[in-house]
Amino acid sequence: MEEPAIGCARPTGSVVGARPAAKNEASTREKGEVGVSSIMVGRPAPDFTAPAYHKGAFTQVKLSDLLGKWVVLCFYPGDFTFV
Amino acid sequence: MSVDSQFVHKMWNDHELSKMVAGGVPFPMLADAAGHLGTAFGVYDDQAGVDVRGRFIIDPDGVIQAMEVLTPPVGRRVAETIRQIKAFQHVRATKGAEVTPSGWEPGKKVLHPGPDLVGRVWEVWSPADE
Repeated sequence: MEEPAIGCARPTGSVVGARPAAKNEASTREKGEVGVSSIMVGRPAPDFTAPAYHKGAFTQVKLSDLLGKWVVLCFYPGDFTFV
Repeated sequence: MSVDSQFVHKMWNDHELSKMVAGGVPFPMLADAAGHLGTAFGVYDDQAGVDVRGRFIIDPDGVIQAMEVLTPPVGRRVAETIRQIKAFQHVRATKGAEVTPSGWEPGKKVLHPGPDLVGRVWEVWSPADE
């Protein structure tokens, strides 16, 4: 399978199956969905793809490729910050 | 994963992190530039424009087993994450026949949930066993 070229113009991380929302649609959706979250322990994590840097190479990571393994996903605020 | 691009991740790894960890970061550093993934996982702070300090343990079936979210100033404790993974692996291996009480680490007492144990946990476990 051909490895997609990773560059500035490539899409950033996104949920698999999500369609890009129009500006108006996004704002009305946010107003209506206060407090609604599909994230809950005991429920499947949303599948996603994201560009990544790993050991000298730029690559693409897809969560569902990691099924069969235990995965720890760590979010953090920013590179070059302190904690 | 942060909102920084994969290019900034490379620079941070090469210029700082590889000085803390020999060989640099051994796992992929993901880019969430638009905050879509932080939003999907409920950890994107749209006022600050960053993902807060969320950590998710996902099992081999893709199910979230644990999550911990902190505001940015306070760091995580890796030993606790590893402890939790081992506990979830133990529960999974025993298909839930054994569950891990508070403070469990490998080798410590487990519990066997069932009607007979209801109201009788005190007979087999106490906080001194943590």
